[in-house]
Amino acid sequence: MNLLLRLWRSSLGKKYVMAFTGIALFGFVIGHLVGNLQVFGNPDLINTYAHFLKSKPGLIWGARIGLLLMVSLHFAAAVTLTLANRAARPIPYAGGSAPGSTWKSRHAMVSGLVILAFVVYHLLHYTALVGGINGTGKDFSLLKTTLPGSNDVVPDVYAMMILGFKVWWVTAFYLIAQALLFLHLGHGLASMFQSLGLRNHTWWPRISAFARATSLVIFLGYASIPIAVLVGGMGSEYAQRALAQTSVNEAK
Amino acid sequence: MKVTLKVWRQKNAKAAGEFKTYTSPELNPNMSFLEMLDVLNEELSNRGEEPVAFDHDCREGICGTCALVINGTPHGPHKGVTTCQTYMRSFKDGDQLIIEPWRAGPFPIIKDLVCDRKSFDRIQQAGGFITVRTGSAPDANSIPVPKGNSDLAMDAAQCIGCGACVAACKNASAMLFVAAKVSHLGLMPQGQPERYRRVKAMVEKMDTEGFGACTVTGSCEAVCPKEISLDFIARLNRDYAVSLLKGEPKRLKGGGAG
Ligand code: HEM
Ligand code: SF4
Ligand code: FES
Repeated sequence: MNLLLRLWRSSLGKKYVMAFTGIALFGFVIGHLVGNLQVFGNPDLINTYAHFLKSKPGLIWGARIGLLLMVSLHFAAAVTLTLANRAARPIPYAGGSAPGSTWKSRHAMVSGLVILAFVVYHLLHYTALVGGINGTGKDFSLLKTTLPGSNDVVPDVYAMMILGFKVWWVTAFYLIAQALLFLHLGHGLASMFQSLGLRNHTWWPRISAFARATSLVIFLGYASIPIAVLVGGMGSEYAQRALAQTSVNEAK
Repeated sequence: MKVTLKVWRQKNAKAAGEFKTYTSPELNPNMSFLEMLDVLNEELSNRGEEPVAFDHDCREGICGTCALVINGTPHGPHKGVTTCQTYMRSFKDGDQLIIEPWRAGPFPIIKDLVCDRKSFDRIQQAGGFITVRTGSAPDANSIPVPKGNSDLAMDAAQCIGCGACVAACKNASAMLFVAAKVSHLGLMPQGQPERYRRVKAMVEKMDTEGFGACTVTGSCEAVCPKEISLDFIARLNRDYAVSLLKGEPKRLKGGGAG
């Protein structure tokens, strides 16, 4: 306990917390991406995967609680440190500031806050299935399908993703958040090595290259889905059929 | 050549400051930046105005006293160069130069361009030393030091405590300074006995003095006149983590050896 308190009370300790929670969130972002990319396969693929996750409440709630804890710690450390950092420079410079720094390194708080706002929206949109905010006028919880070799009726996640991203402003918000995640991770993935003391001048260029490359791959991976839907017309016919089915479901 | 100067003027620690604009007298391009201010001050005195107060001492880039932010960059346009070693030939005839003091909560302004950097001294007093009786000089090579360590320690020891790292950082973080001081002693055999106590004490002092935290923007390294590397901040982060894990030594009940 003593150690945790000492961690939290020190500026370096809070950066260790940011770095460790950042690693955990990064791990989630990778896992979630791999899961989502299954949308490029047959609709049954991602529906089976989603059903698998839903059928393991221990796993899914464990992950949710863990992620909530990680985001809360990351956020609390970010906010308290940012406030202290602002207070340390009471009078700004007139001639320009922060020489030699990159935009993404100066705006981690801003990019982080937009990402957080997006995450809240995203959870309401696709996890809590709050109907009023998806822009389609339809209730996504009515989208149902059956999986091959089974008669169980399960949520049609594939149709939900397609219909969701057909709404241009949903896709726009998604892409903005992904672009900011790209910048956040482009800085953060390298910064966390520094915060944990794991770098020297030989490794720094490699660490920076890793951060740039990984954040780009994540961006391209996530962005490819709504673009394939909105521009490429992926899954349109399937989604129309699923939508027609909802009125049948509604009538039942 | 002549330049236009927009200079921060502030009567004392309590007074509100403001920018005043001056046209410099005719300058020789080979004057140093501080000599340029000397000529300006001479003219101001002759006119019966208060000269601009600014810090300086050695004027040869080794003491760390000079401290001006020139057009947003602490110590001016050149890498690895102090304010006093910046020359007017680095600017063009007719340039406008904005001259400000270091801006940081823990560096309050005393007057005009002079700020109080005693917070750095207090960090040093918290742990930037080794506790040994000095006595007479020991024999050379009585304590062997690996070459790599002595080189690194020398790099860290270059820090002149000017505070440009704090001035440049958007968070006014003192990490580079503290990292240099901690590494300089922590790399030498003589610094080992107090290594973890030192890093803890200095970091805690840095925090309580009100410096910000590091967000790895690299501004400090970019302006440091001694080109202290961010590598030392990584070393500081490592040593501090170890010191946290070690915690305070606990007294055993009952005593006894072993
Ligand atoms: C809740 C919204 C978020 C906020 C407000 C936020 C804010 C911040 C801030 C202010 C930093 C410090 C930047 C620095 O030290 O240079 C940071 C670092 C970091 N963030 Fe976030 N962030 C958020 C979400 C995320 C997410 C979703 C991820 C991962 C996918 C992430 C990964 C990282 C990483 C890896 C670091 C580097 C840690 C370090 O420097 O030690 N952040 N974040
Ligand atoms: S680290 Fe560099 S900029 Fe900071 S006080 Fe030392 S010499 Fe000055
Ligand atoms: S006056 Fe000594 S370093 Fe500039």
